[in-house]
Amino acid sequence: MTRFIIRRLISIPLLLLGIVSIAFLISHNTQGDPLASIVSERQMDNPEVVAAAKARWGLDKSLPEQYVLYLRNLITGDLGTSFRTKQGVGKDILERLPATLELVIAAMILGVGSGIVLGVLAARFRNKPIDHAARLWALTGSSTPVFWSGLILLYIFSVVLGWLPGPGRLDPRSVPPEFMTGFLTIDTLLAGDFAAFGDALHHLILPALVLGWTVMGIVSRLVRGSMLDVLSQDYIVAARARGAGELRVLLNHALRNALVPTLTIIGFTFAYLITGAVLTETIFSWPGIGSYAVEAARNLDYPAIIGVTIVGGTAFLLSNLATDIAYAFADPRIRLS
Amino acid sequence: MSTAPLIEVIDLTIQLNTAVGMLEAVRGVNFSVADGKTLGVVGESGCGKSITMLAIMGLLPPDVVISGSIKLRGVELVGMSQRQLAGLRGKRMAMIFQDPMTSLNPVMTVCEQIIEAISIHDRQASQNAKRVRALDLLQLVAIPYPERRLKQYPHELSGGMRQRVMIAIAMANDPELLIADEPTTALDVTVQAQIIELLQRLQRERKMGLMLISHDLGVVAGIADEVAIMYAGRVCEKGPVETVFDRPHHPYTFGLLESLPKIDRTEDQLVAIPGSLPTLSMRPSGCRFHPRCNFAQAICAEADPALETVQDPLTPGVVAACHFAETALYTDQGAGS
Ligand SMILES: Nc1ncnc2c1ncn2[C@@H]1O[C@H](COP(=O)(O)OP(=O)(O)OP(=O)(O)O)[C@@H](O)[C@H]1O
Ligand code: SF4
Ligand SMILES: [Mg+2]
Repeated sequence: MTRFIIRRLISIPLLLLGIVSIAFLISHNTQGDPLASIVSERQMDNPEVVAAAKARWGLDKSLPEQYVLYLRNLITGDLGTSFRTKQGVGKDILERLPATLELVIAAMILGVGSGIVLGVLAARFRNKPIDHAARLWALTGSSTPVFWSGLILLYIFSVVLGWLPGPGRLDPRSVPPEFMTGFLTIDTLLAGDFAAFGDALHHLILPALVLGWTVMGIVSRLVRGSMLDVLSQDYIVAARARGAGELRVLLNHALRNALVPTLTIIGFTFAYLITGAVLTETIFSWPGIGSYAVEAARNLDYPAIIGVTIVGGTAFLLSNLATDIAYAFADPRIRLS
Repeated sequence: MSTAPLIEVIDLTIQLNTAVGMLEAVRGVNFSVADGKTLGVVGESGCGKSITMLAIMGLLPPDVVISGSIKLRGVELVGMSQRQLAGLRGKRMAMIFQDPMTSLNPVMTVCEQIIEAISIHDRQASQNAKRVRALDLLQLVAIPYPERRLKQYPHELSGGMRQRVMIAIAMANDPELLIADEPTTALDVTVQAQIIELLQRLQRERKMGLMLISHDLGVVAGIADEVAIMYAGRVCEKGPVETVFDRPHHPYTFGLLESLPKIDRTEDQLVAIPGSLPTLSMRPSGCRFHPRCNFAQAICAEADPALETVQDPLTPGVVAACHFAETALYTDQGAGS
């Protein structure tokens, strides 16, 4: 097990190198000129300014040279400087990634938790009203565009009812806590500022619900399917034959087995949302990595694009590893080697 | 203790809810098992043996319609709530299944599953006491290295060992009735005999009633006190096992016995019953066996023979469902002895 983990951890940098190379090639071969976001339109006609800018950002070198230079810096942990924000991409990411992680983790907890409950209920009451209602609810969750459900929820809970705050992570009047983890809910607690903690939590609820609803849709359908599969197995009848009651059969026997195939999709969804929560981040003015990625792409901000790609790739590789480890714990028949 | 038999099945009819409507899987089944006695149940695949046993255990899905009566020591089980039935299952009546490979929960250790069977019915028992009992049970079913086996998962055990574990689970609360549904069909020939021996030993030691479903007439002859032969959802002959096998009255029983390979008979003389078991929706009118019966007369296609005591002084206690139970075999063909 330990050897398996170590081997996989070693392979991650190699895979990342591949991902970086592809991202580098693709971003440098797109139509469009990154200079447009560096040099103002009026100065574009001034060859001196353009040449200086090119030299300043290393764009005067050949592609292979740029590539080697980028990799050399990368090894020292330098992700380059963003054309747009003019500060280190590493610093940018560190500022924004915790916001996304906080949102995605909250959404995963809500979505996976409610998805499992809903999936179990739907399987238990198959073809009964509960099942149909769950199907409708899940379908709505996974097919309603986030910007639509986000705006509706904002309108209802923030504008009409006034129960929850509007977009953003914190009330503008609140004092942001000192940066420790970057998770506002944690940093406020560490700072002992309970008012700010409540504020951060309130801001988190709506975006997490919107994002979690999508997750719930996927997870509940999957859990329902694998629960039905498991419930028809011989060991379920055998468990009943030893006197196991309904709840014990559902949770101890069926769910424990049904969750195994669900782990993959949970891991995948988590990794996907790290860079894929753009719409939610945009609607809720959430300063996360997704909106950063969109800005980077719009400005052909190569260093930022590649930096975000590395974040996304790492998220996938790590969640893959975590999924495999979770698999081995959940299913004793799987031996990692 | 009352004088009611351990288990008594009277006029049991089971209707399944299928895609083509309600179909009768079993009709008018009658038998009983006394304390410490063994009833062998024999019949072709699909004749309704398992369904009958599952009905006794109360393990059929709720959309299955059961009529007639199943009494456990005089207490009616048909119509009892699932909650009450679960209290009896594993406590007073236990069941083991055909395929030990799929009857144990793959993600629970042997120990967890035995302890579950104990604690469902004995909530007071301490964790330690339950472990000791689990160990005793493994010893009871003659599993070598029981300490080590307890910690293992089902996939680490052979088929024979798994069936022993299933038996240990079934014996956890010292049941009065044990139902064994083809407990050796999925096992190696050498292991089959050991499992049958084990069941016989346990039955004698614990004085429980045993219902053994088997395709192996030799096994039934060796272990059972009574035998019930089933065909197409009905009991066609029933009585003391030696009497029935020595002097069969129903043409189907006769055919079954004839199809057994005998030492003094060469291969090409082996008689199998021609034709095959009708499917549920295609069961014939009159005697269900008539399309395959060598002795069929005109009346057989019209009237369904009742299960009645055979008027033969040589076979006391035998009942058969055949219009010609007294005459067919011994007059027309001179078969039998
Ligand atoms: N859920 C179901 N839906 C429809 N038909 C069913 C269902 N379960 C069982 N049957 C049918 O009911 C009949 C009796 O089945 P049962 O399992 O009791 O047979 P069996 O005598 O135990 O056979 P085997 O020796 O193969 O175990 C079979 O014809 C089977 O096809
Ligand atoms: S009733 Fe007729 S068809 Fe049926 S078993 Fe007897 S002789 Fe054969
Ligand atoms: Mg069967």
